[in-house]
Amino acid sequence: MTADQRPKLHGLDMLTEKGRAEWDAAGMQVSVLAESPYKKDFPLLAANPQLAFLDSAATAQRPTAVLDAQRSFYETMNANALRGLYKLSVQATEAIEAARAHVATFLGLSERDACDILYCRNTSEALNLVAYSFGSMVLKEGDEVCITVMEHHSNLIPWQQACARAGAKLVYLYPDEQGFISEDEMRAKIGPRTKIVAATHVSNVLGVCNDVALMAKIAHEHGAYMVVDAAQSVPHMPINIPELGCDFFAFSGHKAFGPFGIGVLWGRHDLLEAMPPFLTGGEMISSVTEQDAVWAPLPEKFEAGTQDAAGIFGLDAALTYIEEAGFEALQAREQALVNVCMHRLGELEFVRIIGPDDPAAHHGAISFNVCTVHPHDVASILDMDDVAIRAGHHCAQPLLAYLNVESCCRASLAFYNDSGDIDKLIRGLKHVYSMFHG
Amino acid sequence: MAEGNIYSAALMEHNAHPDYKYEMDDPTHVHEGVNPSCGDQITLALRVEDGVITECAFTGSGCAVSQASTDIMADLVTDETVETAQHLADLFMKMIRGEADEDELEELGEAAELKGIALMPARVKCAELGWRTLDVILKDQA
Repeated sequence: MTADQRPKLHGLDMLTEKGRAEWDAAGMQVSVLAESPYKKDFPLLAANPQLAFLDSAATAQRPTAVLDAQRSFYETMNANALRGLYKLSVQATEAIEAARAHVATFLGLSERDACDILYCRNTSEALNLVAYSFGSMVLKEGDEVCITVMEHHSNLIPWQQACARAGAKLVYLYPDEQGFISEDEMRAKIGPRTKIVAATHVSNVLGVCNDVALMAKIAHEHGAYMVVDAAQSVPHMPINIPELGCDFFAFSGHKAFGPFGIGVLWGRHDLLEAMPPFLTGGEMISSVTEQDAVWAPLPEKFEAGTQDAAGIFGLDAALTYIEEAGFEALQAREQALVNVCMHRLGELEFVRIIGPDDPAAHHGAISFNVCTVHPHDVASILDMDDVAIRAGHHCAQPLLAYLNVESCCRASLAFYNDSGDIDKLIRGLKHVYSMFHG
Repeated sequence: MAEGNIYSAALMEHNAHPDYKYEMDDPTHVHEGVNPSCGDQITLALRVEDGVITECAFTGSGCAVSQASTDIMADLVTDETVETAQHLADLFMKMIRGEADEDELEELGEAAELKGIALMPARVKCAELGWRTLDVILKDQA
């Protein structure tokens, strides 16, 4: 790889030794990245100081506050919510509903909209709910569903399947060389035949943030509906659903510092009212006869079976943790870390970064390849040096095919990382390269 | 570096200079092996004459572990009978499960360098790819 084939990193040349003062003066405060004030809040990180955990886009670490909340739920209010008529069950129900209102305000909605917040297992389940219940309601033969080529399989397969069931066509939006989907591309693909536009808010591979508000606007101009997969955006930026103007919005707790197994779907009230249920069974009915049933009102209509109340309580605590730390501080730190990481990767002539040149466009995720070394070898060797990254196709095979990359490595950063983690990554990559080219 | 490093000098050498990675003319048996989750892919070719593997070669792409392990395997089974090759394939799988004893490891020669893969569940499929592909040919065709 020659120097001019390597990606150019705009505005980062100041981060050489001599430029450090300028960088600090520019407000990036490299020195404060040396030690993370957050690691102490995360027991796994605190207990493993040698570990550079750079896979938060796969699943984040959990703060003590979340773990304590889950434990405290089981210790102080464990009962099956909704069902019981005794104090514990009432308390559990109240905890679930208070968390629901919290999720609503966290997403920029009002507490009154809490009934449109549906609990599910994760983003995949939320998107399957939309593809099945809403897809089956609106999709007809000859219609089009428009998604992006950078979808995680969880926002791709459900639409492939929904299209196959309805005889509809799946249409793709493609990004430019920097990973951005232009308005022209949106206007070329979203048209009168489009019924649903479904897009990832932030790409789990490229890190780019799609302009889902613009997609929603264009979709609505054509009478189509907008579904947002926010699994990768919720951990990284404040969300305001009314500003996005979408019709459905899904995210997972575990990527947002909350527990595994709890996810959220928000849907527009009138659409949720009109949709048939997805899963059926206990607690999602008003009344049942031998041959028929009447569905419960929202949100219970979409919440069959016993909910993971402790998980919901933990998610509530995760959102509180983010709010108390403040998105502004978290984002500034994360961005500074991404700036440093991309700059240092850019200094390695054997590393090719995949995705936009601008570090501000990465939202924590930096995908790359090491010249002539398979990503799985890179990840295995980094693991020997206690550096945890993801390698493979990142559940985004059509994107990698589009980029003409068989597989790649991904380091993903969160605010709890520090520059020491980046040092370990860089040292580890030099080790990888020397093993293959030493 | 921690224990269980499978990236030995021998493995790196087989990866950098695979002697058996070429297109064979007129093989008697060909089979493709893939690891869908990681994209490792090999096409294994054998020439079997009178019950003896007189030539073994492969083409393909993938991680160092999959490519080197296949090259080591090809070296090991060349000029061996089909029965011996099957025995070695069974031994390799036994080693991967962490069940092979010292004598058996000795039989596997250089392939025994991959013993440590038993401690790396995520990479087992890479090390096995060549051997699994060979196993299919030996069981179904040879």
